[in-house]
Amino acid sequence: MVFKLPPDAPHLQYEPVIGLEVHVQLLTATKIFCSCSTRFGDPPNTNTCPVCLGLPGALPVLNRKAVEFAALAAMVLGCRINETSVFARKNYFYPDLPKGFQISQYDKPLAESGGIEVPTSQGNKKIGITRVHLEEDAGKSLHDGFAGSDTTAIDLNRSGVPLIEIVSEPDIASPQEAYEYLNRLKEILVYTGVSDCNMEEGSLRCDANISVRPRGQTTFGTKAEIKNINSFRFIRDALEYEISRQIEVLEAGGTITQETRLYNPDEGKTYSMRSKEQAHDYRYFPEPDLLPLLLNAKRRAEIQSMQPELPEALRNRLIAEHGISAQDAAVLTSNKMLADQFERAAKAAKNPKRVAGLVQNELMGRLKAKGLAIEHSPITMDGVALSADLVESGAISGKMLKDLYDLCFERSQDFPDVYEQTGRPQQSSDTSALEKIVREVFAANPKQREQYRGGKETLHAFFVGQVMKASKGQANPQLVNRLTRYPGRVPATGDKVEIEGRTGQFEVVSVDEEHWQAEVRPLAGADASELALWSLLRLVAY
Amino acid sequence: MTANFLTIDAVRSALQERRLTATALTESYFAKIEKQDGEIGAYVTLSKERALNKAAAVDELAAKGDPLPPLAGVPVGIKDVMVTRGVRTTAGSKMLGNYIPPYDCTAVARMEAAGVVVLGKLNCDEFAMGSSNENSAWRPVHNPRDLGRVPGGSSGGAAAAVAAEMAVAALGSDTGGSIRQPASFCGIVGLKPTYGRVSRYGLIAFASSLDHIGPMTKTVRDAAILLQTIAGSDPMDSTSHPATVPDYVAGIEQPVRGLRIGVAQEYFGEGLNHEVRIAVEAAIQKLAALGCEIVKVSLPHTQYAVPTYYIVATAEASSNLARFDGVRYGYRAEARTLSGMYRKTRDQGFGMEVKRRIMLGTYVLSAGYYDAYYLKAQKVRTLLARDFDDAFTKVDAIVTPTTPTAAFKLGEKSDDPLAMYLADIYTVTADLAGIPAISIPCGETKEKLPIGLQILGKHFDEVTILQLADAYEKAA
Repeated sequence: MVFKLPPDAPHLQYEPVIGLEVHVQLLTATKIFCSCSTRFGDPPNTNTCPVCLGLPGALPVLNRKAVEFAALAAMVLGCRINETSVFARKNYFYPDLPKGFQISQYDKPLAESGGIEVPTSQGNKKIGITRVHLEEDAGKSLHDGFAGSDTTAIDLNRSGVPLIEIVSEPDIASPQEAYEYLNRLKEILVYTGVSDCNMEEGSLRCDANISVRPRGQTTFGTKAEIKNINSFRFIRDALEYEISRQIEVLEAGGTITQETRLYNPDEGKTYSMRSKEQAHDYRYFPEPDLLPLLLNAKRRAEIQSMQPELPEALRNRLIAEHGISAQDAAVLTSNKMLADQFERAAKAAKNPKRVAGLVQNELMGRLKAKGLAIEHSPITMDGVALSADLVESGAISGKMLKDLYDLCFERSQDFPDVYEQTGRPQQSSDTSALEKIVREVFAANPKQREQYRGGKETLHAFFVGQVMKASKGQANPQLVNRLTRYPGRVPATGDKVEIEGRTGQFEVVSVDEEHWQAEVRPLAGADASELALWSLLRLVAY
Repeated sequence: MTANFLTIDAVRSALQERRLTATALTESYFAKIEKQDGEIGAYVTLSKERALNKAAAVDELAAKGDPLPPLAGVPVGIKDVMVTRGVRTTAGSKMLGNYIPPYDCTAVARMEAAGVVVLGKLNCDEFAMGSSNENSAWRPVHNPRDLGRVPGGSSGGAAAAVAAEMAVAALGSDTGGSIRQPASFCGIVGLKPTYGRVSRYGLIAFASSLDHIGPMTKTVRDAAILLQTIAGSDPMDSTSHPATVPDYVAGIEQPVRGLRIGVAQEYFGEGLNHEVRIAVEAAIQKLAALGCEIVKVSLPHTQYAVPTYYIVATAEASSNLARFDGVRYGYRAEARTLSGMYRKTRDQGFGMEVKRRIMLGTYVLSAGYYDAYYLKAQKVRTLLARDFDDAFTKVDAIVTPTTPTAAFKLGEKSDDPLAMYLADIYTVTADLAGIPAISIPCGETKEKLPIGLQILGKHFDEVTILQLADAYEKAA
């Protein structure tokens, strides 16, 4: 619903100023300061050791891969990587924080001064990124499912999982922009392979800073921080609510309190959690157990070279190279694995354009009809590539491909499996290009045909050569070999025949020896229902 | 030293020649502990089973005639701030009164791999915070040379155990002088290596940038042997240094003639006891007689060392000790709320000096005070380190008293923290600069109390200070 607000409506007199702090878990196999697994969902406290349990005497040792992933993420977010960054302790007491401090970065973060392009109603807009820093995750407090209502249990499997915190500039001017920013951020990070950004599993978490100010004012209003929001949609909703709330307070002559607020998605409202006076003094100081993190030019260049092609560039290239539509490019690049598969399939296939064509014309429609996302397609890109090659070589016809695709969707099986299970069908109907060529070749060489019929076996090679030539070398030689073989005797009208590759009996209705074909009618039990023309060479057992 | 005592070499040759079994030796040390430790209080926990198992393994090797590892069967004690798997480790605190660690400190593991027999865990000031061992939550330690006096701290139990022959050697830790000051008070050798030379993994942290593990022994040669065993980088400690470990034992045999020795007036000022001054000056003359060149040097920022130390150390301690919150292990006080549990646990679990230092450290890191205290202290620390860098362009080592006085009486300073802090005045500088330093006995007061001579060296040049200490020890 769109409302047209009168020009003096309070909402038009104020503008929101939004900045986001996003925490993203990195996809390293082991934790940031020890060699425990980062696997999600294991039994509580099984992926732990003296280091991530914060036992007395244990010391952190930095995970090289975490640094690589963090630096890579910072690079694709356009940040400048600092040659020297420093880990710092953020001190506070919380039961799931085993050391009583979090190892983070403070005044010398890993990377600074970046930004990403975000689509808005007025075209793309750059949202600045103030900093990206590396830190460790805390454990998890579990409040439910224990005897006694006030029991809390602690799971430290998550303690020490590497995180990056991405802090945006207060460049975001609306809840919708915040939503788009988060989507773009997620897309880039997932693409880069540094995180799965799975909000349900907590691998992406977001806090929002929001203030409003009269339009035209250059100084910022007092901000509130909204925490604990667990979906992009809720962030948009929470920001909408908070903007209205702050404007209402100001319009009523009140002032905004600097505070931390929690969002309750059931009610769609934010609630005060603690005010500035109650805010923690984290007593940051450099972590003495870790040396400063040095990333010299050589190491930065190494990491730079690991940068993948980002979605925007990839889409443009796929459109240019494979001639697919912008819409299909968007679908094919919706995740990196799919895009990689598509590219690999397209490159491996004899004709890349055919792969793109099959995806567009055969795959997308079926997926849409079934309501499936492409990552859940029964036919993988490898399947598409195989089918494209089979059509390309003439082994199967376009009609057969459609049938096989239908079967794949029906059985939820990939193309190669279905193709094997149906006995590697070869194209066999008279509509096939190859049989047409064979007939044309026989028709064009009546003298040789007569001699061939008369028993001159050596002419077989002649006909094979002619057919191969006519098909510009594209035909399956084995098939050509069989299709041009002399049949022994020509069937007569009324003969009961079988057709190679089909079950059941057929009756010959008419014979066209000139074109080396016969019209046959399926009898009871035959796996075809229509009168059809078949090559004489496919008719057997008469 | 001419006293009749066991050294590491003596133990090894006795075992190798089958004149002695490790089991018998271990049992004799436990008997000695049983007899003497009641009045000294050096041990907090005995690890009899672990010790006898190890001794039996050594005996088995000896029986087969296999060559024994360098420290085979040597009975040692470990300061109770280094964790030992399955053996209670308390850090001298009620907070860890029932704490059994699941892993071994790297230095302890390296010692055991070299064959030592760990007799038990040695008393110390709570979380290594103190200079008299009176801050132990369990009991004070008495100086074996005079039971009315303190053994020094915080490695007081370690110094007393070695001095009283209740261990051939011990591992101590030194954050502001905690190896050297008690070594001096008890008349033994104490070596604080260069920062990064010995892994801190498994050392319960007091102040991470200042904490060092080092040997406490009867002789300089034993200190060299122990350092050889525990030195070297450790993948579990990012601050351990990759520099190759030289042969310390061979190193001490080199002649000292021609070495240049610095003497800094800043270490001979107000507060230095007259008898200590005389003894240290005599030691300097002895070194000159051995062919060393005595050179005056200046360390102008020395006067700022104690305040700098108490800012940096307490800041780090306030954070390092945050993990003792009653949630996962150690002492927990019952309370109705989480914050109540935190408060009561930390109030009841920590002793007075520890609480004092946590509060001090919390204060200097607080918003609005950080720049004035912590940041400024770090800058002064850099200046102190630079003083040494400058001095070491002129000299190979610097000689000072280890402490301004000999061992004081129990209770003498326990109500005056500032007076207590000044006991570290000559030792904190080496911790702040990260340079190696050794304390060796250099005579006695009229009251027969030991006096310590401190020798400071360049980063990673333990060889030179061990060499000088060994030459002095042999000449004295």
